[in-house]
Amino acid sequence: MTFLVLAVIVLFVLAGVRVMSIAALSAELRSSRKDETITDAENRNQGNMWVLFLIAFLGFCLWQFMSYKDRILPEAASAHGPEIDRLFNVTLALITLVFIGTHIVMIYQTYKYAGKKTNRATYFAHSNKLELIWTVIPAIVLSGLIAYGLTVWNDVIYPGDKKAMVVELYAKQFDWTARYSGKDNQLGRYDFRSIGEGNDLGLLEDSKNDDDVLVKGELHLIKGEPVQFKFRSRDVIHSAFMPHFRAQMNCVPGMETMFEFTPTITTAEMRTKLNNPKFNYILLCNKICGATHFNMQMDIVVDTKEEFNKWMAEQKTWAQTQSAAKQTAAANVTVTENTSTN
Amino acid sequence: MSAMETHNSHAEHLVKDVQHGHAHDHDHDDDDHHHETFWTKYVFSQDHKMISKQFLITAVFMGVIAMLMSVVFRLQLAWPGKSFPILEPILGKWAPGGVLDPNFYLALVTIHGTIMVFFVLTGGLSGTFSNLLIPLQIGARDMASGFLNMLSYWFFFASSIIMLFSVTIEGGPASGGWTIYPPLSALPDAMPGSGLGMTLWLVSMSLFIVSSLLGSLNYIVTVINLRTKGMSMTRMPLTIWAFLVTAILGVLSFPVLFAAALLLIFDRSFGTSFYLSDIYIGGRALEYNGGSPILYEHLFWFLGHPEVYIVLLPALGITSEVIATNARKPIFGYRAMIASILGIAFLSFIVWGHHMFITGMNPFLGSVFVFTTLLIAIPSAVKAFNYITTLWKGNIQYTPAMLFAIGLVSFFITGGVTGLILGDSALDINLHDTYFVVAHFHLVMGSAAIFGMFAGVYHWFPKLFGRVMNKKMGYAHFWLTFAGAYGVFFPMHFLGMAGVPRRYYSNTEFPLFSDLVDINVLVTWFAILAASAQIIFLFNFFFSIFKGQRSSQNPWRSNTLEWTTPVEHIHGNWPGEIPEVHRWAYDYSRPDREEDFVSQIEPLTEKEKAEDHH
Repeated sequence: MTFLVLAVIVLFVLAGVRVMSIAALSAELRSSRKDETITDAENRNQGNMWVLFLIAFLGFCLWQFMSYKDRILPEAASAHGPEIDRLFNVTLALITLVFIGTHIVMIYQTYKYAGKKTNRATYFAHSNKLELIWTVIPAIVLSGLIAYGLTVWNDVIYPGDKKAMVVELYAKQFDWTARYSGKDNQLGRYDFRSIGEGNDLGLLEDSKNDDDVLVKGELHLIKGEPVQFKFRSRDVIHSAFMPHFRAQMNCVPGMETMFEFTPTITTAEMRTKLNNPKFNYILLCNKICGATHFNMQMDIVVDTKEEFNKWMAEQKTWAQTQSAAKQTAAANVTVTENTSTN
Repeated sequence: MSAMETHNSHAEHLVKDVQHGHAHDHDHDDDDHHHETFWTKYVFSQDHKMISKQFLITAVFMGVIAMLMSVVFRLQLAWPGKSFPILEPILGKWAPGGVLDPNFYLALVTIHGTIMVFFVLTGGLSGTFSNLLIPLQIGARDMASGFLNMLSYWFFFASSIIMLFSVTIEGGPASGGWTIYPPLSALPDAMPGSGLGMTLWLVSMSLFIVSSLLGSLNYIVTVINLRTKGMSMTRMPLTIWAFLVTAILGVLSFPVLFAAALLLIFDRSFGTSFYLSDIYIGGRALEYNGGSPILYEHLFWFLGHPEVYIVLLPALGITSEVIATNARKPIFGYRAMIASILGIAFLSFIVWGHHMFITGMNPFLGSVFVFTTLLIAIPSAVKAFNYITTLWKGNIQYTPAMLFAIGLVSFFITGGVTGLILGDSALDINLHDTYFVVAHFHLVMGSAAIFGMFAGVYHWFPKLFGRVMNKKMGYAHFWLTFAGAYGVFFPMHFLGMAGVPRRYYSNTEFPLFSDLVDINVLVTWFAILAASAQIIFLFNFFFSIFKGQRSSQNPWRSNTLEWTTPVEHIHGNWPGEIPEVHRWAYDYSRPDREEDFVSQIEPLTEKEKAEDHH
């Protein structure tokens, strides 16, 4: 396929060079003011070039579309996703039509009306009727698009009444930490001044923190259960981008941002659909954040409720990690004391 | 009609004053003529034509550098981690073993964007053509203030030098993206580019803003006050309308960028917290409290969006002029074109939030910005349709300028329609900051504006240098660049639809993107093709300055006033009195005339007076 494209390009260039050299020769023979007067032959050649361009260009676009259409994102894996995809497809169809239509019309003119010494242009300065048509029609179409777009936007940003699991996504250069809110479904308080050894998120002494679960590397979600993300950043702006779920929100230091959605396809189901046993959903950073911006990622796993509960049971709560850390510290202290006695 | 007459007599009065003033200057110039040194003629010139050339040459130089930068980072994107031995001697420690350093990748992306947007397409485009054409097309001896005009160039020059110098310093230049969002840009701990490099970026941009404001104020005053007798606003060529509105946009929006930069300087150097709060970096919690990066985003995009039209409007103005002249037809819907320029300019101030749908800005506010953003498509559509109708039943003369102008219309459509997708907040969720955005703006404002600039260079080269550029090389330059640009930017839509984020040093860290590598290879080959095509342009440009075919007075048989001046540049533009204007700029192929053009200085015939067109 690549070979074909290259062939098309090469032919295109060759044809262009030919056309130009012929034009050049005839021009030089004729005129001393050669660079400011364009001969009929040159006009005709350039008019032909436009047609050649149109065919090559639309061919190129079609080839791109055919060969890349299976490599764009697969079907949306969230409840609101299909609605976004539908809006996208409708808009795309519309603009493709406009794009192809206007190009064909324009290039027909550039071909048909290529200049001739014997020809004369038609004096046609304006037409209120035409101008009204192409002001009013876009206005109507755009009103439709705006109304449709805002309906979808409202559905996405004002989610349903079903109670969502609260999960905090915490960004820093250059990794993600997820904090599950635990049994109480409430995140405990934090303060960036409390960040330190063993407390990456700056969590405070707060009973609501005790059942929270901190996870790195893999984010688990439940199929069919809404999840409300609260985003934080400790250093610079990051952006939590979950392309398969049609979800993205910036993580801004100093404020908390939110996004809620419901996953609809488990990882296992998606692997079957795509016939790719290695497929994983992913969370990417999509706001330039420093040298390793391009590799700030976390896998997302969508489980069934049972799978999720099983996985969650294996995780340590904040209280558990804290007490474990205290024991280690105490042990260290004992060791130090022993050493000093000796 | 009576209002018109009052207006004209008022203009006449002004013109007399001005002519008087200039006549005085003129004597003075003649006296001084023998004392004119190299320095006053070529360096610290106050002549708008010389300043225009200075802007153009500087912009060409900056453009070449920014383009070469893009080729370097395209190499990394197509063949990530591969060693290109040629890079090490050029980039030194930034390409150890010929592999681009990730920090310097971001630096290149940032400086490429900064130079292209500000130095080439703002300073270069407006600086060259507003300076050259405003006095020549409205019938003025020079800019309202030659001295401010000179200062405008030298601020631009100084800011260019500082920006280029910043690339060579120890820690590297600014690397946080051309939008330099804090806290990334505010904290040297966040990345090496946020140290001295960022300071120099801010200093350079502050000087740039000064240059832009001096230029814009001058353009506005000149257009409003120095039009020759008979040059009413509705007889002005669309170029002048575009330059005027562009200058107004600049005056209203650049000070806001200056404010944004100033507050950033305060945060960086004087410990204030305008944009910063709750930050823990480099192993310690910082003192900053209560600021918000969102404030910066609002201020930045309040300039940033009008900036898109500051870049695009002059290119569209040039296109209107070039297409009408070479189609040998009046521009279709002259008044609708003016209305759409004004409409676009007005709307451009109330759409900035579409850059911020997913920043945490209130989602309801997002809805408002969706509405205003999509409305811009209406005046844009009017412009595109009017260009196409101007070609209809024309007698198209394919000068290289004409090819570039038609190319601009093509880019404007292709890049413009995807704006309907990105301007829709619901769709922006998944496309924000992906390659889809890169494709969109490189077509609609990058390629389109640069093609407008090329069209302008080919078309007004005779006015700049008294010679004509070689047309064969012009043809080759056009088709290779046109094919190259589409080859680079069209495939990027698909990368964006696959979810590939922009500003990634490589995409190979993700199994998700592993089957997209060949798209990047294709794009890079096209980038190399398009870049090579610019060698043809550069050769043609510099060769033609010295050896090009000498131009006749009105090589394109055009109506506008600049072609009534002598080919050789003189102070004051017209040797005698400034000609009086009797008609609009677009009387091409009038059925009652033998010639297919009628200069604006030709008086109306009795029949035309009866018709009273414009």
